[in-house]
Amino acid sequence: MTRETAVNTGLALLLVAFPLAAQAMGEPFYITLATRAAILALAAVGLNVALGLGGLVSFGHAAFFGLGGYAAGILSTHAFNAEPLFLGFEGTASMPWIWLVAAVLCGLVALPIGAISLRTAGVYFIMITLAFAQMIYYFAVSWPAYGGEDGLSIFVRDTFPGVNTALPLPFFLICYALLLGGLALFWLLRGSRFGAALEGARQNPVRLAAVGIAPFGIRLTAFVVSAMVTGVAGALFADLNKFVSPSMLSWQMSGELIVLIILGGKGRLFGPVAGAMLYVLIEYVLGGITERWQFFLGLVLLMVVLFARGGLLGLLAGKARHG
Amino acid sequence: MAEPVLEISDLRKSFGALKATDGVSLTLLPGEIHALIGPNGAGKSTLIHQISGSLKPDSGSIRFLGRDVGGLDMAGRARLGLGRSFQISSLMPEFSALRNVMLAVQARQGSSFRFLRPVTSDAGLTEPAMAMLERVGLAGRAGVPAAELSHGERRQLEIAVALALGPKAFLFDEPMAGMGPEGSRALTKFLDDLRREAPILLVEHDMEAVFALADRISVLVYGRIVATGTADDIRNDPEVRRAYLGETA
Ligand SMILES: Nc1ncnc2c1ncn2[C@@H]1O[C@H](COP(=O)(O)OP(=O)(O)OP(=O)(O)O)[C@@H](O)[C@H]1O
Ligand SMILES: [Mg+2]
Repeated sequence: MTRETAVNTGLALLLVAFPLAAQAMGEPFYITLATRAAILALAAVGLNVALGLGGLVSFGHAAFFGLGGYAAGILSTHAFNAEPLFLGFEGTASMPWIWLVAAVLCGLVALPIGAISLRTAGVYFIMITLAFAQMIYYFAVSWPAYGGEDGLSIFVRDTFPGVNTALPLPFFLICYALLLGGLALFWLLRGSRFGAALEGARQNPVRLAAVGIAPFGIRLTAFVVSAMVTGVAGALFADLNKFVSPSMLSWQMSGELIVLIILGGKGRLFGPVAGAMLYVLIEYVLGGITERWQFFLGLVLLMVVLFARGGLLGLLAGKARHG
Repeated sequence: MAEPVLEISDLRKSFGALKATDGVSLTLLPGEIHALIGPNGAGKSTLIHQISGSLKPDSGSIRFLGRDVGGLDMAGRARLGLGRSFQISSLMPEFSALRNVMLAVQARQGSSFRFLRPVTSDAGLTEPAMAMLERVGLAGRAGVPAAELSHGERRQLEIAVALALGPKAFLFDEPMAGMGPEGSRALTKFLDDLRREAPILLVEHDMEAVFALADRISVLVYGRIVATGTADDIRNDPEVRRAYLGETA
């Protein structure tokens, strides 16, 4: 077992042990914290495909996080009110269907956004992804049918066959399982031919083209997959809070996802997990002490960028190695 | 005369007022090494960029294997069989030497949209890639990231990557640059054999290598070809002596 595998295993066990202990001690609030970390981690695993593997700094991934959230909110509201959404279809409160809709919706939206944004690079790519996300944000704010600025409540948490999702621990386990699924997908992608081409597009796109692989299609595929994973996380986030609002679509949310990856270590399998755990920890511990906890988060981020470029994973497991 | 593999006609490219390529026509015939020489800034690399598709000419045509490739991008031309190396090594710095070559093997197999199977245990990639590294004498450094290879080793790796594409023509831009006399001699020997696999358009400053290898030499000065011929023709061409060899040759 390499050091990185050991660190990853440790993080995975820590993340599941924490809510189990909280359950044993009758402290459900801590289960919710762990659930929040798992969901944010999954969202960041999605972004890590584009940003970490592909070097595509999307500053608009909140668009997909939020769309996933609204997919959950809208489908379950219609199901709750038995109100047809279209063609007599009354939405659904079943999580697997909601996830599927969230993923497909985000993929379909990411396709044109990616196709346009990927014609640019560097800071222009960052700005254009931000612009698209802002368009969707303002659309949600100004669309009264689903709460507009006030957001949309999910009155009863959506369901999963055979699981009582209303209880914190089972819901955590669902989120945790999806996180592991997301990590498995990331791991497979990274090791595959597609992953090799994608990492090549990050390192040296001219060289990639010179061997006959056009970077555009590779990057676009990565962007779409990335958005789909983040979208599923968004659906879970809405179910966690039983609420979805335009703040999930905001540029602050996009920034937060990038921060998670930088904190944890970009391109690393468990970077987003480490980042999300640290983030939620700082948010909870310092947030309880001072309202200015974001200031301290900024300090931590500064330290990481200045002294520990590889993020938490870099510190714990050393430099990343490619076979 | 055999059909040329590569045929460039009246190619032109300006950067502002500078005519970097000023009506260049040349051919690359099967089995030959066609050397392109000329002083610094003559436009040699600019020509290679236009042939490989990383730079768009203002006018003129490039035919490869009997087909006009003007409408193809760099990746498309590479897939058709144009294998190039760069004047300044252009590799995947984080990937090991082996993975750099594996990427070229994968590209040649036309299979980059496979998402599940791990490449590192895929013998269909590792074996051909390793064979290429062996051919250029880099097998012992297969696991070393390209960024940590020596300058000379990176030049060798560039060649291995080009080989792995199994191209129908090679475009080499100063493959010997900075290699040292021993490395240059080994590479000269290597290129000598390589022409049997595919013809080579060779940009090179190392005159010893050029005169030893080239079936034909074209001399480029200020974006124009001032002479084309055999090594002896070029050595004795008065205009070349004046413009390029500076009467010292
Ligand atoms: N992108 C560019 N924009 C403007 N000028 C350029 C550009 N690329 C090359 N040039 C100019 O075009 C001319 C030809 O450059 P090129 O690199 O093709 O020369 P070269 O023959 O390869 O030289 P060397 O032997 O030094 O490699 C030079 O004057 C160079 O400054
Ligand atoms: Mg040059």
